[in-house]
Amino acid sequence: MPFSINETMGQYSELFMLLAAGTYTVAFVAFAWDLAKSSKMLRAVDLKAAAASGTSAGAASVKVPVGAGVGAGVRAGAATGAADRADSDVSGPAGRAERPTSSVSRAAQGSTTGVGQTADGGMRYGAERRAPARVAVAVTVLGAAIHAAGVITRAIGAGRVPWGNMYEFLSTGAFVAVAVFLVVLIRRDLRFLGTFVIGLAVIMLVAASVAFWTPVGHLVPALQSYWLIIHVSIAVMSSALFTLTFAMSALQLLQSHRQKAVASGGADKLGFLRLVPSALSLENLSYRINAIAFIGWTFTLMFGAIWAEKAWGRFWGWDTKEVWTFVIWVVYAGYLHARATRGWTGTRAAWLSIVGYLCVVFNFTIVNQFFNGLHSYSGL
Amino acid sequence: MSERVNVPKKSPAPGSTPDAAGTASPPGTASPLAAAVSAAKAEAVLPTLGPLGMLRWAWTQLTSMRTALFLLLMLAVAAVPGSLFPQRPANPSIVTQYIKDHPDYGKLLDSLQLYDVYSSAWFSAIYILLFISLIGCVVPRAIAHYKAMRSQPPRTPARLSRLPEYGTLVIPADAGIPASSAITDAAGLLKKRGYRVDVRNHDGARPSLGAERGFLREVGNLVFHSALIGVLISVAAGGLFGYSGQRILVEGDTFVNTLVGYDQFTPGTNFQSSQLQPYSVQLDKFRITFDRESKGKFGQPIDFTADVTTKETPDAPAKKEVLKVNDPLSLGGTSMYLTGNGYAPVVTVRDGSGNVAMQGPVVAKLQGDNYYSSIVIKVPDAKPEQLAFAGFFLPTAFVTEKGVSFSGDPELINPQLSLNSYYGDLGLNDGSPQNVFELDVKKLTPLNARNLDTKGITLAPGASYTLPDGKGSISFDGVKRYVGVDIHHNPGQLFALIFALVAVAGLVTSLYVNRRRVWVRTGTHEDGRTMVEYGLLARGEDHRLAGEAKAIRSLLAGAWALDEDTVSPDDAPPASAPASAAPASASQPAPSRGADNGRADTGAPGAAVAQSSLEHSAADFIQSTAGSPESKKDQ
Ligand code: HEM
Repeated sequence: MPFSINETMGQYSELFMLLAAGTYTVAFVAFAWDLAKSSKMLRAVDLKAAAASGTSAGAASVKVPVGAGVGAGVRAGAATGAADRADSDVSGPAGRAERPTSSVSRAAQGSTTGVGQTADGGMRYGAERRAPARVAVAVTVLGAAIHAAGVITRAIGAGRVPWGNMYEFLSTGAFVAVAVFLVVLIRRDLRFLGTFVIGLAVIMLVAASVAFWTPVGHLVPALQSYWLIIHVSIAVMSSALFTLTFAMSALQLLQSHRQKAVASGGADKLGFLRLVPSALSLENLSYRINAIAFIGWTFTLMFGAIWAEKAWGRFWGWDTKEVWTFVIWVVYAGYLHARATRGWTGTRAAWLSIVGYLCVVFNFTIVNQFFNGLHSYSGL
Repeated sequence: MSERVNVPKKSPAPGSTPDAAGTASPPGTASPLAAAVSAAKAEAVLPTLGPLGMLRWAWTQLTSMRTALFLLLMLAVAAVPGSLFPQRPANPSIVTQYIKDHPDYGKLLDSLQLYDVYSSAWFSAIYILLFISLIGCVVPRAIAHYKAMRSQPPRTPARLSRLPEYGTLVIPADAGIPASSAITDAAGLLKKRGYRVDVRNHDGARPSLGAERGFLREVGNLVFHSALIGVLISVAAGGLFGYSGQRILVEGDTFVNTLVGYDQFTPGTNFQSSQLQPYSVQLDKFRITFDRESKGKFGQPIDFTADVTTKETPDAPAKKEVLKVNDPLSLGGTSMYLTGNGYAPVVTVRDGSGNVAMQGPVVAKLQGDNYYSSIVIKVPDAKPEQLAFAGFFLPTAFVTEKGVSFSGDPELINPQLSLNSYYGDLGLNDGSPQNVFELDVKKLTPLNARNLDTKGITLAPGASYTLPDGKGSISFDGVKRYVGVDIHHNPGQLFALIFALVAVAGLVTSLYVNRRRVWVRTGTHEDGRTMVEYGLLARGEDHRLAGEAKAIRSLLAGAWALDEDTVSPDDAPPASAPASAAPASASQPAPSRGADNGRADTGAPGAAVAQSSLEHSAADFIQSTAGSPESKKDQ
């Protein structure tokens, strides 16, 4: 019979959640400070270099392709590269494009000055110390630890997995987003995404506490299934990954805009993007993350269908939530196709990745709240 | 368009490749050109195409990647309205209500099939086109891939240095490894690594090998797409051969799986009643646990358990089983789901002549919080006049000061029936079906009602009431629980699941297996050293190609006992590599050259140096090493 609930634990959990939100806010400020400070510093370095070499801004922009050229050059490179490649003997559908391999990053290395420059495409940690960024990551780790305590006490308080209503989806989802971000940080320097990810986590926590607060409680029978554990956890993890790629795709668009502007001699208006890798590097990494997330979403869809079969007697019924899960899946399938379609640039693929994420957000917020369907047990 | 199919036809037969480097143009140079030309031709020629040509052109268009992408995005967009408007298959009555509520555009939406989105002509058109495109795409690719798997790896490009990953190794003269045995060694190593290897010109001056692996990538992709077709067919088959139905069971009732056993039955298009296996399910007891702990949700049900006795066939032994939400029963090829529940007050109605006209539980329909339910009792057997009752059942009756009654708790703490009564012709004899939960009182005469002198009837369990005018009596004997069950048979779903799993396996394979080619060429330097160069190429997305180059390099170096120092191209920047190279060896580590970073106009000084030395040696590493900066340093 259902485990008895523990209100004290629930109260601790809420306290932890608030503390985590506060800690994240500090981290957010530190990340923002890092962006501001580093881009200022880089600009100063650029100016000094420009002054030293006595080149005018216009001449400097000739050198630009160091970084910017990675993006711009690749399209051309892909064309010439295609000639290089011993061509395939496997027929593709008409218009199937070849993407360059992702061993892209190195060209950008060793070249860290120049107007319109971008960060290392490999997204490895560089030698320079960015004190605010280090502080930000440290504070984020602290926040995540508190947040984890909040999630765990919630789980203990309710005697079940902490994702059974909107409050829990938000608070646990925010935790997973931050955790995934931190895990990726171990291998890649994605600190430039910090403001976005942490900002989102703060918003989610605040929304959970203010708009969707729900005391610890039992699950309705429809949710009492191990499929809740499997299906929802995979969905949340995929969504966290989609969150990262959304941010990267948005930055990719900005960066490619900036790279183009700078390459054609324009002013570098988006200076903070110096901290951000080139558009192509962003595209490649977000593709790889999207591929993982897409597999995750495929499982979400499948396990959802299996669960629906168990709970409602049909594995697919075009319930609103099912519709949107399907739409998201198809959009990301479109994204994977877009990258493989000749004539489709990375920019357009990035738009699809963004649209896909907007669908994820829509599915999570609007559909959960305002659409009636069999899934309407979000605790509202 | 079959630019890729053309290639194998053009390339010389395997084995017979006269690997005369320098004269042979790198494979592939012709193909994109040819593709572009043929594409341009196709467009230019269009106006003069005959009907057959038009068809072919249409087919080419339909099966192109671009169309697939377009149709996919269309499918996503087309699925959305189904979540915005009520859908008939889910709930027809809501649709009717919606059309009534929106007289301005409700009908218009209906004519656009927006209440039946997923069976609408336009939605079907999109996915059928998509799947035709899919078939038109998968079949030629499967054939081409089958051929590719059986043909030899492509011939060795003249200039390996132009490949995205390239490196060289030098075996000292005193090692006693001539070019031919070096190539044999390399072939052996690559074979072990899972490559399919073809050695060319083994005993010539410049033996080489071509190797390829990762055919599973394309296989995975083809399996994935084919499995999607399988899922679609399975779903369609389920709709054709399946059936579903509903039944309400009061504690003590038995359901037998025959057509008459159902309250509601929806057969698939190809359903035959002989498909039904006459198993039986008796509801012994239904138990509910209510939440008595959490504040906001006090009284919310947290567990439903139905104890049932089942018999697979009429003669089979009885079996005790438990039916729960999320835990259906499997019987006779069908599944039975617990979908609803409520209270069924047991009543006895006597007619004007004093005979029992009706006795038993009456299913009350949930209306509000805490099992506040409506109830309709029709007594067609009452004589001389038929009787009917309509009202409410409250498991825990409370009355507000204003006289409004409500249910304070879902449990049976203070059960109460409050009814109005009627007599007259129920209209059941003309055979037209009626909703058992609704009573049409237009043709009936009220006996008891709140607004009449007789007032309504209010009964607690055990109580009875005598109707006015000697029309009979009603007694409230007790309360039972009932459950609503859905019974489904879907022969397609197992196949859908299998295909879905296969699809995922294919997807993972196609995203994570890398298709790569490796070429190695060896030659003997004038001074007796054996020069080895190798190049790698990936088909499609492959961010681990550099790692593979490194691994192969260290394998080769290990086999020939070369200095490992030269083996890690990634750790040492290209420009500094020669300095760190062991004196005995002039091997050049492989700087990674993606199509994108191999640009000569890279402004970085380090890269430029690496680049120029690379281009230099790339010109012809094996023949002209004597002149290369590295070997000078060595001498
Ligand atoms: C039901 C519709 C379709 C869906 C859901 C779908 C989904 C996908 C997905 C998820 C991928 C990426 C994973 C992989 O490489 O295996 C993919 C790749 C691919 N699809 Fe589809 N697809 C559909 C229809 C089509 C059609 C109609 C075509 C042919 C015109 C096609 C051609 C391809 C090709 C060539 C790739 C490989 C791209 C690459 O090389 O990266 N697909 N598809």
